[in-house]
Amino acid sequence: MQITRTQSVLAHVTLIVSILVIAFPVFFALITSTHSFQESFSFPPKFHVGSHLLENYRTAWERVNLGRLLFNSTLISVAVSAGKILLSLLAAFAFTYFGDFRGKTTFFILILITHMLPLPIRIVPTFELVEDFGWMNTYYALTIPFFASATGTLLFRQFFLTVPNDLADAARMDGAGPMKFLWKILVPLSKTNMLALFMIEFIYMWNQYLWPLIVTHTDDMRVVQIGLKMLLAGEEQAAEWNVIMAGTILAMLPPLIILLILQGSFVKGFAMRQEK
Amino acid sequence: MAEIKLDQVNKRFKKNWVVRDFTLTVADKEFVVLVGPSGCGKSTTLRMIAGLEEVTSGEISIGGRVVNHVPPKDRDIAMVFQSYALYPHMNVYKNMAFGLMNRGVPRDEIDRRVKQAAEILGISDLLQRRPAQLSGGQRQRVAMGRAIVRDPQAFLFDEPLSNLDAKLRVQMRAELAKLHERLQSTIVYVTHDQIEAMTLADRIVVMKDGKIMQVGPPLEVYERPANRFVAGFIGSPSMNFLDVRLVEEAGDLWVDGESFRLKVPRHRAPAFRGHVNRPVIFGIRPEDVKERPGDALPEGVEPLRAEVDVREPIGSEVIITATVGSHAFTARISPNVAVRVHDPIDLAVNMNKMHLFDPESEQALNGL
Repeated sequence: MQITRTQSVLAHVTLIVSILVIAFPVFFALITSTHSFQESFSFPPKFHVGSHLLENYRTAWERVNLGRLLFNSTLISVAVSAGKILLSLLAAFAFTYFGDFRGKTTFFILILITHMLPLPIRIVPTFELVEDFGWMNTYYALTIPFFASATGTLLFRQFFLTVPNDLADAARMDGAGPMKFLWKILVPLSKTNMLALFMIEFIYMWNQYLWPLIVTHTDDMRVVQIGLKMLLAGEEQAAEWNVIMAGTILAMLPPLIILLILQGSFVKGFAMRQEK
Repeated sequence: MAEIKLDQVNKRFKKNWVVRDFTLTVADKEFVVLVGPSGCGKSTTLRMIAGLEEVTSGEISIGGRVVNHVPPKDRDIAMVFQSYALYPHMNVYKNMAFGLMNRGVPRDEIDRRVKQAAEILGISDLLQRRPAQLSGGQRQRVAMGRAIVRDPQAFLFDEPLSNLDAKLRVQMRAELAKLHERLQSTIVYVTHDQIEAMTLADRIVVMKDGKIMQVGPPLEVYERPANRFVAGFIGSPSMNFLDVRLVEEAGDLWVDGESFRLKVPRHRAPAFRGHVNRPVIFGIRPEDVKERPGDALPEGVEPLRAEVDVREPIGSEVIITATVGSHAFTARISPNVAVRVHDPIDLAVNMNKMHLFDPESEQALNGL
């Protein structure tokens, strides 16, 4: 399709405006995190880099034990993402390749239904279950309830359906059993989907607030989102936005790093599929 | 290498019988082609031999061993798929080695076999490539290589050439024939392309609606089709079928189409005598209907005057559709004959090659 000059200009203007709108809060957070408490409240707001950068970040880090919280969040986000990928791979594999087992459709619908129920609706029964298991204030409580993933199951199932049946037949002729077919053929082919799911689920887990709040009660088991909230309500005085923004920027870093690392292979994965 | 035996094999999907009473013995080192229109059950039959489909009833044995309940990997056969089914994430070498690795073949033995197969197929310099980086013909070779390295008792081919363009198909067909000669292996090959069947097979199995219509060497099937379906399916352009009556006059039999009459050669007549004065289907191949060479016709060649309806020059010859009365048929004439559409044309029908079929059972009446 030929793009006219007007269209090109229009597209660029739209994109630039969108980027400004999206990036401004981040930029403002960054700027605020370099100013002193007083400066952060000045009006008109300051748009230059201040001199309190290290001080603010150190305060945020120390006040709520941010190092530990970042570690916790990273740990549970990685564990949940990996767990979801593993479980949904296996579930999708069963749904796609194991003929017509009894209640296949029922099971599938049940899984889809869980997709339609957001966490807050399930929170009370799940809480009771976790409490009965004696998992309160442990990593189990923070991870295992999230392992099942309708999104992931659906994603992998849809992908498996596009894998030609001949490939499964060829693997059978080549003497590969079902599990070997899964690990040696399907998993490598699903790499792009796995990375996408990992990214989505990592960020989803990273942003969890309510569930970690109710199943943990000691400071060393808290996650980073709770830490931010603690920064906000930590003192009797007015919110120290400079410190909070410093904490926010720190909390943004791990997902950002993951995104940057995975982005390369993610794009490559899509390119590979184009090639086919 | 081994003999493959199918005894009264049936296959039913839900309520549909896809393969019915399939009995066939493929001899050791034989190249058998299953041919038929789509949905005739040929691929299902192949997949049952492979073990990818279970048989509903009947018995399949390979090399004297009944394999009904033996999983595909233990049947010691290799299969080449229509889509090639190469593993997209593995390079050519790994694609070929995968089956051997699963069988625990030692590494250096795998290496030797893969390199040997690659050499046979002329793909030695492609071993590090991925399937996506290969052309259709190269993928086809890799798919065959994957089968060859296994050194199986028999090869199964499921329409292996149908994804290639016409030119490449002809080339690969020739290579397949050479490969069979070199490997001296039992091959069961499925195709819907009757030219592939004719050129490659030791024996052709023509199938329709899950049933075997005829089994025999290509030329025999071509020259002595057992029924109207086989007669029409094998050969291109396909055989002409005209609804006629068989009549007797002055001791000779005649094919009577009301608007024309053709004499049945004396040596063919005895077999048809029982059908005199009955409606029959008269079959004649287009190449047995030519332009009339002159006034004197050889023994058994009968004159026929018709009107040209369609004229299709294909270079070496002209295929015409002609009509005589209410009958239409195709003929292959020399490009030197100057006829135009709607012109009358004098044709010569080689009645030595005629076929008659029962209009109800559609079985051949020829007592050939």
